[in-house]
Amino acid sequence: MSAVIVDLGCANLASMRFALDRLGALYRITNDAAVIAAAERVILPGVGSARYAADRIDALGLRDTLSRLEQPLLGVCLGMQLLYETSVEGEARGLGRRKGRVERLAVPTGAPWPHMGWSKLRMAGRDSRLLDGVDDGAYVYFVHGFYCPIGNETAALADYGSAFSAAVEAENIYGCQFHPERSGIDGARVLKNFLEAPC
Amino acid sequence: MPARRIVPCLDVRDGAVVKGVKFKNHRVVGGIAELAQRYRDEGADELVLYDIAASPENRDVDVKWVSDVARILDIPFAVAGGIRTAAQAALRLECGADKISINSPALERPALIDELAARFGSQCVVVGVDSKYEDGDYMIYQYTGDMARSRPAGRRTLDWIREAVDRGAGEIVLNCMNSDGVRKGYDLEQLQAARSVCPAPLIASGGAGAMEHFKDVFKSADVSAALAASVFHSGDIAIPELKRYLHACDIEMRL
Repeated sequence: MSAVIVDLGCANLASMRFALDRLGALYRITNDAAVIAAAERVILPGVGSARYAADRIDALGLRDTLSRLEQPLLGVCLGMQLLYETSVEGEARGLGRRKGRVERLAVPTGAPWPHMGWSKLRMAGRDSRLLDGVDDGAYVYFVHGFYCPIGNETAALADYGSAFSAAVEAENIYGCQFHPERSGIDGARVLKNFLEAPC
Repeated sequence: MPARRIVPCLDVRDGAVVKGVKFKNHRVVGGIAELAQRYRDEGADELVLYDIAASPENRDVDVKWVSDVARILDIPFAVAGGIRTAAQAALRLECGADKISINSPALERPALIDELAARFGSQCVVVGVDSKYEDGDYMIYQYTGDMARSRPAGRRTLDWIREAVDRGAGEIVLNCMNSDGVRKGYDLEQLQAARSVCPAPLIASGGAGAMEHFKDVFKSADVSAALAASVFHSGDIAIPELKRYLHACDIEMRL
């Protein structure tokens, strides 16, 4: 078994599935804790509200499993936000895989909220397996109203209102706030890099 | 700020892409997956797929084409037409749509916006607005996909935009009916008015006929995206050339 996509019932699995299909990847979709625990690598996608997703994690009995995974784990968009300790969105409790709190994007007066569209990645100036081959300044697609703090794990930043973590990487934990499955060639590269990350 | 988006709109009817003039006399311009793929290859930033007949005929959209499109696209797309419940919205998202866009059903039952935003998050919820300048004000129309049923909704456009965003709409597509299909440019005045009351991203729709029209709408109405259909379907404006032109005009573009 190569990869699993965790199905929290948050609806957007098809776009991730099709992106993996385009890469010729083998994967399975599941919400079974044992299958997730045994997978070579795990993708945690997410769309929707942090509170709803966090409640789903609990309802499906996945909190312990996801909190302890030692294989490569990629959180995408809301999935990345769930890697942190807490989110201000619905006062949701995250998985605590990274330190910090997910906050609401503070946009300048008159600027649209949420952040929706293609924005530039600014590389954090450190080696990144996830972003290997992606240029500084590459445009990727974001859709989010909340953001993850900048820390040692930050591999790339993006700016909307203020700077935030656009991609993170620390040991086996990876995350991207943007949607790699909807970010053209660069997004496909990110997914491929994750699928090739050593276990 | 993000790059400004160029968004081709595919009006879908009976499994094909169609285009009318001033919302009337629809004719077939191509296949759905075929056009979606072409626009992705040309550098479109996003697509909108509207089943224009779904709402007026009170029927559900056939969702097979949604997954056909999702399978090939690596850019985001929204699906619109006849979505009346959270379950119908979920079905489209499960087929791979990134956003769902609602128009007439939101006018029938505004709480639908709240329900969708609560379940899927505001970022998935687009509210489409068809608006016409009449008797000194901008007014909402509904059921515009069907000439026989198209009618005023009895709401002021700016009030409705504000209400839709308050209820949780993450994006507004404002289609200015007076300028739609006639290629004389976007309705800058109306879009400026809408932008000033709309805290969510605003997409301009209706009237694009030349590259300058896109420049004007980004520069003077500060919209996040510009939507067009016929100028792209006809090949009168090529997206790569359009984006290079706008970039040269100091408008941020993903090239």
